[in-house]
Amino acid sequence: MAGAGGGPGTPGGAQEDRERRLAELREEARRTGTVSAPGVNVEGGPLPAGSTSGAKPAGYYGQPVVKAPVWTWEIPTYFFVGGLAGMSAVIAAAARFIGHDAATSIAALWIAAVGAVISALLLISDLGRSSRFLNMLRVFKRRSPMSVGAWTLALFGGLSVLALTLATAQRHLLSAGGGSGALAVLVSVSSLGTAVLGSVLGTYTGVLIGATAIPAWHRHRVLLPAHFGIAGLGSSAALLQLLGFHRPALVAVALAASGAECLVGATVELARHGAADRALRTGRSGALLRLGGLLAGPTAFVLWLMGMLPFGAVAFLLGALVSRFGWLAAGRASARDPQSTLEAQGG
Amino acid sequence: MSIGQGTESPNQAAHDYLAEGRTVGFFTDPTVCIGCKACEVACKEWNMVPDDGYAWSGHSYDNSGDLGASTWRHVKFLEQDLAAGNQVAGPMTVEPGGEEPFRWLFVSDVCKHCEEAGCLEACPTGSIIRTDNGAVFVQDDVCNGCGACVVGCPFGVIDRRPTPLPGAGGAFKCTFCYDRQAVGLTPACAKACPTESIQFGPLDELKERAAVRVHELRQSGFEDARLYDAADTSVRGVHAFFLLLGDPGAYGLPPRPEVPTVHLGPAWASALTTAVMAMLIAVVAFALW
Repeated sequence: MAGAGGGPGTPGGAQEDRERRLAELREEARRTGTVSAPGVNVEGGPLPAGSTSGAKPAGYYGQPVVKAPVWTWEIPTYFFVGGLAGMSAVIAAAARFIGHDAATSIAALWIAAVGAVISALLLISDLGRSSRFLNMLRVFKRRSPMSVGAWTLALFGGLSVLALTLATAQRHLLSAGGGSGALAVLVSVSSLGTAVLGSVLGTYTGVLIGATAIPAWHRHRVLLPAHFGIAGLGSSAALLQLLGFHRPALVAVALAASGAECLVGATVELARHGAADRALRTGRSGALLRLGGLLAGPTAFVLWLMGMLPFGAVAFLLGALVSRFGWLAAGRASARDPQSTLEAQGG
Repeated sequence: MSIGQGTESPNQAAHDYLAEGRTVGFFTDPTVCIGCKACEVACKEWNMVPDDGYAWSGHSYDNSGDLGASTWRHVKFLEQDLAAGNQVAGPMTVEPGGEEPFRWLFVSDVCKHCEEAGCLEACPTGSIIRTDNGAVFVQDDVCNGCGACVVGCPFGVIDRRPTPLPGAGGAFKCTFCYDRQAVGLTPACAKACPTESIQFGPLDELKERAAVRVHELRQSGFEDARLYDAADTSVRGVHAFFLLLGDPGAYGLPPRPEVPTVHLGPAWASALTTAVMAMLIAVVAFALW
């Protein structure tokens, strides 16, 4: 294809090449009566896409079959923060009931409550009409993951704040020699409820993007909820470590999560879903997913195994965040690729 | 002659389908489409759909590109090899050294108004509803622009309208001219179509007419004539269906569309399993260490 630029004033070899090309065209036209070269397909020019190259684009002029997600940076950030908050509630409950570790439990509940508030703000700011965010709670639709998620987040937010308040009150009362049986029951019920809702909050986001028409997402509808949930669990352990909680149980959770993330990475790499795999392995989305996978998987696992807690934690948190952005980018790339859609919904 | 009874055609006549609760549909037949885009203009004018920019696509005479928040009817212009089927507009001779003949097809695409609608299922606010005549309708005063429907549509129809267009932030698509139907008028696109390539009417009657049309075309040598109605897929049929010559993929239509709710079962099973696994991991970790 002839290069861009190079007007009459352009000095040097480029100008000579272009003059030589004109002479070639003249010679070909004189000899054969026609010119075989297709010309230059300028962006927005009148030549149909594909007419100037050999390959015929898939579908209708290579136009996307499905619409790309309209979600911006708030959504992948929410996937990260929401997963972190939800799974922190799980760790809080395990620390309270199994580990009898009130300090770790209350710290984890803080992450849950603050994360829930940040999550809500992120979701509201992503709405096309943010002032109508309350319409999310207008109805409950169990077949709409967005509806299930909105309700889960709302209930989780309320309950996590309640659990945190009660647990903190109980701790102060106990240290002052007080504390009632009724309060202990309330703390237990609210902590357990927060943990159950949190485990849903940490995993439903995989359903939200898995049950869509986007090939790169729905081809991994089983992997995504597991991936997001496990990443949330590991992120929670990582953040608690960075906050100064070095209990071996947190390292064990972190190792399990980063080990599982290695398996997730391998699953994505080994998938054979035809054109839908392109978005996961090539371009910007592929790079983000691989970078995120390497950080949260093998890198964090090895660092944690070597006892370098803060480094493992930072690697895992970074990896989890980057791969959320990678999945959104992959969804966009996949939607733009008509071949992946026509294969996924093919005959 | 009163409003809504422009011609003798049933396509133009006044009706009472909405009050009767009759399921209505569009049957779009590209073999009689002349590519005039009257449907696109009629839709934009009646529904006051804003101009979303003039772009020169270079794809035959199609400069609308695709269906979206501000394009609710979209005429596609297909240029196919002659070898892909019979020429619709009569035989073209191939002269040595002359221009290659091609099959030129026009089809007016529109929201399919699915029986099992992905956008309606995904909508968390209840903004997207099923109307009495079986259409899928977005209540603009309820929609909060969450974007769930955009990735829920297997046909890439509905989209969120960007700023600075009027109504920006909300999701938009074909309304099936609910306002017109409520007073017995046919949808604007069908009303304006000069060749009745777009036919409006009760879905069952349209299906019968379409079957006859396919038979006629096949008898006349168009062996690749077929109906595209997604009846045997998880979408369970579309209320705006099409006659196609050749492969649906060439029209940018998924050959076997799937409503994304089919993925809910496996995805939720994985989510709940993971939720339990996460609890187990945390419990075991705190029990042992």
